Parts: sequence; C-alpha cells; structure tokens
Amino acid sequence: MRCDHCGLRDAVINLTQVEHDTKVTLHLCEECAQLKGIETGGAVLKSPLGGFITAMGKGSASPAPRPAAPAERCPSCGATLQDFRESGRLGCGECYLAFEAHVRDLLRRLHGSSQHAGERYLAPGELAPDPRAELLDLRDRLRRAVETENFELAAELRDRIRVLE
Amino acid sequence: MIDLALVPDDGIGWLDGSGAESPIVLSSRIRLARNLAGHPFSQRSRDADRLGVLALVREAATAVPPLAGAVTFRLDQLERPDRQVLHERHLVSRELAGLEAGGRPRAGAAVMVRGPAAVMVNEEDHLRLQVMRSGLAVEDGYVQMEALDTGLGRLLPFAFHQEFGYLTACPTNAGTGLRASVLIHLPGLVLTKEIGKVLQGLAQVGLTFRGLYGEGSEVVGNFFQLSNQTTLGKSEEDLLDHFGKVVRQVIAYEQQARDVMMRTAPAEVEDKVWRAYGLLRHARTLSFEETMNLLSGVRLGAALNLIPGVRVYTLNKLLIFTQTAHLAALEGRAVGDPELPTVRAAYVRKLLDAELA
Repeated sequence: MRCDHCGLRDAVINLTQVEHDTKVTLHLCEECAQLKGIETGGAVLKSPLGGFITAMGKGSASPAPRPAAPAERCPSCGATLQDFRESGRLGCGECYLAFEAHVRDLLRRLHGSSQHAGERYLAPGELAPDPRAELLDLRDRLRRAVETENFELAAELRDRIRVLE
Repeated sequence: MIDLALVPDDGIGWLDGSGAESPIVLSSRIRLARNLAGHPFSQRSRDADRLGVLALVREAATAVPPLAGAVTFRLDQLERPDRQVLHERHLVSRELAGLEAGGRPRAGAAVMVRGPAAVMVNEEDHLRLQVMRSGLAVEDGYVQMEALDTGLGRLLPFAFHQEFGYLTACPTNAGTGLRASVLIHLPGLVLTKEIGKVLQGLAQVGLTFRGLYGEGSEVVGNFFQLSNQTTLGKSEEDLLDHFGKVVRQVIAYEQQARDVMMRTAPAEVEDKVWRAYGLLRHARTLSFEETMNLLSGVRLGAALNLIPGVRVYTLNKLLIFTQTAHLAALEGRAVGDPELPTVRAAYVRKLLDAELA
C-alpha cells in the first residue's frame, strides 16, 4: 500500500486519528510519519523544521508559481531561500510571496493546509465588520456557553454584547 | 531591581487557583503571533527597526483598553536577574530575555504587562500577545484575547495574506498565529506508567507537549505544558474547541489513573505523598528540582484529600517563588548565592507552617 501523505513510498504505519468524533486511519511511510511527529524507532530528525525544509527541495513542489532558486532574494528584505532553509525563519511578510511555492508546500506539510480559515483581518482604515453580524455571532456563542454551563465564559460574552449594544 | 508590584496581580493573578480544574490544570495560556506589515521580522531587522516597532506598539497600546496603563519592561535595559524573574513568571520567553547561553536581549526587546494580558515585543515575531488564566479557561482567555488583538490590529497594520492568514517568522505559527496551552499536573499517569501512551496519542490528535518553561525545557515535577501544533487551516473556534476536548480527555485519564492507584495501592500512595510533605515541612536544604518533585507529591496528596488544609494557591505560589531568581529577589540574595538551597528550605517551611496557622 502507498503512503496516503506522499503517495510515493510504501506505507509502514497505520495512524488512527479521531477528529470531531470521526475516526480516520492514515497509512504512512516512515518519513511522513516522522514529519507528523511519530517516532518509528528509526533515527528521529534533530531539527524537525530543518528536515522539512531540506525535504522541500526533494519533494514534489506545486507546479505554479515557479519555485524560487536557492539564491533568489526577497525583494523586500533581501533574504534568500537558502537563509530560510538554514534558519527555519522567514525574513519578512513579503518572503511569503517571494518564495510562495515553497512556503505553500511547507505549510501544507506542517498544517495539512495552506488556506487560512480563521478570522479575516481588517487593516486600519478598512471598513469594520457589521456590528449586527458580530452581535449575532456573540449571541450565538453566548447561547452555547449557557447550554454547556460555562457561566464564566457566558459572563464575558455578555459584557462584550453589552458594549456592542 | 524591577518592581513587579507595579503590575496589577504582579502578572501572576492566575496563581490564585480560582479556575476550573485548578488542582490539575495550573494555568491556561492563549498566545497570538502578529507582525507589522512593512517591517522586517525581528531576527532580520536592525536595532533601529526594532526600536521603531517598539515605539509604534507602545503608542498604540495607550489607546487599547486591555493594555491601558500597562507596565513596560525593557529587557534590553534590565540586568540578568530581573530578566530571569520575568521569565520565571512565564511573562517572557528565554529567547526574548536573552537567557540562552552567551545570549543577551536584542535592542527593543520588551514586554508590556497588564493583569492577565501581556505583549512581548520583538520576540521572533514583532508581537506575541498572551493571556494567562487560572485553571482550564482557554475559551474565556480567548474572549479577552480577541479584545486585545482587535484593538491593536485596528491601530497597527498587521502582516496578513488572504491565503496564508497572519504571516509569522516561523511557518509553524502562520494562519491564526494561535497557540493555546495548559500547564497540567499528571503524576497519576506518570506513576502508573501510562504517560507514554497518552503523550503519543496527543501527537496523533495534533497536540504537542513540553516542559514547565515551554520550548526546549525539561519536564520536572510531572508538570507538562500541552499545546496545539497546527495553527492554519482551521478557525480559531475549531482549534480551541478541539484543544479543550483533548485536554478534558487527558484530565479524565489522569483521574482514572489516580483512581486505579487509590484502589490498588492506597498505602503506597499515602506514604509517598506524606513523605513528600514531611520533607518539605522539615528539610533544611532544598534544590529547586527536588522542591518541584516534592511539591508534585503534595499537590497529588491535596487533590486526593489525603493531606488536608494545603491550598492550591499556596502550592502554586511555592512553584513560582522557589525558583532561583524569585527566591533571590525575595530574600535579598544574589542568584549565584551558595546558600540559596538553605534559604529555599526556610521559605518553604514558612509558607507551609503559615498554612496550618
């Protein structure tokens, strides 16, 4: 059986995960299992992130946009992909765009996704969200807090609702 | 010498043991990583950049209610023992405090503290917002955090990308930038040797564990720091919901382990916790590590109602104030004073004696 994660190597580990009360079984090869933080008895990477980044060069990167060459520089801060591979840290926000293909690939390996699903940020000056929608959301959370008898949370939510009202 | 009395609750209101599950869960922490658009991240920036970032954050903070009147500690202007106190209080990371071997704080490294909220400035990310709460309170902590994050984000332009979310120096924090963690006491699972299985299971459901002081620190006194591993691809609400469920499951396992011990070896458990208590009450020298291990035994004994009259608050306080820099500051000693183990033992006796009075 092929590894569910990379699809390249043979699966040697069955990983059962329970998420949102649903059981999912993953068949993983030794390398992908290690990337997911599971010790397999083999050598464990000393610096997991450094390992990811080194592996990135070998792995199957997304076809577009064009992957940056190791010496290519971020136009904003001047960091290279090589710098990132060595330190595990990007130089600035623009690096995410300069090395987009590598970053996206890495984020998918790290988090299982590269698509932000959390709160949308509104920069200073952008239109604030409709307070009515925020109120509806807060009231909904308040209702759930009361249902689960989380009264401390309910009190905090109630205070925020009062401010908005 | 810094005066932490300037900070409401001394920045450690969470010690009071008022939160849910506080005999087992010492504290909950919510952390958000944020960067200012248009500025290089801290590790690639020059001193002037970081001082500029600090000035912007300080100015914005005056207009954000959760930070109004916050006390700012400039780590780059503090002596090492003071930086160590802030670190021991879980207000700053080792890195920001410049406590790594041969390290020193970067120019512009600072922390702003007000009640349960703190903002580290010029850590790996420009801003690390954190809220600490007593016991298991990740959802409540996040509600407070939202006010802090929204307030600062309306005044400072955060680095944000439609696909990748909040942009952080290390891609492991990108997306929501949210790290929820709890400091949890798991002696039952350690003593019944179930802990390995539980920790392995945690990795499979997207959680990771560390020692008392977070990244790179060792586990002492059966205190573990559990946190979520992924920060991208799920909403904040889903991340917190999942994290809370897993932590509650770990608490249930710990309770089961304690029940098993009390059913199968009550005399041994009782002996172990009373020996720990006896040593703390009467020892004349104590290293910090030994103190932690003994406190673990007493904490277990108190939670099992074997040792009456010892409050969670006192145990939490001992955990913080017997640390080297705290103890030295409290008793007017140098951090390297060879008499500290004696001073520590006297301090522990004093607090436990007062508990009986």
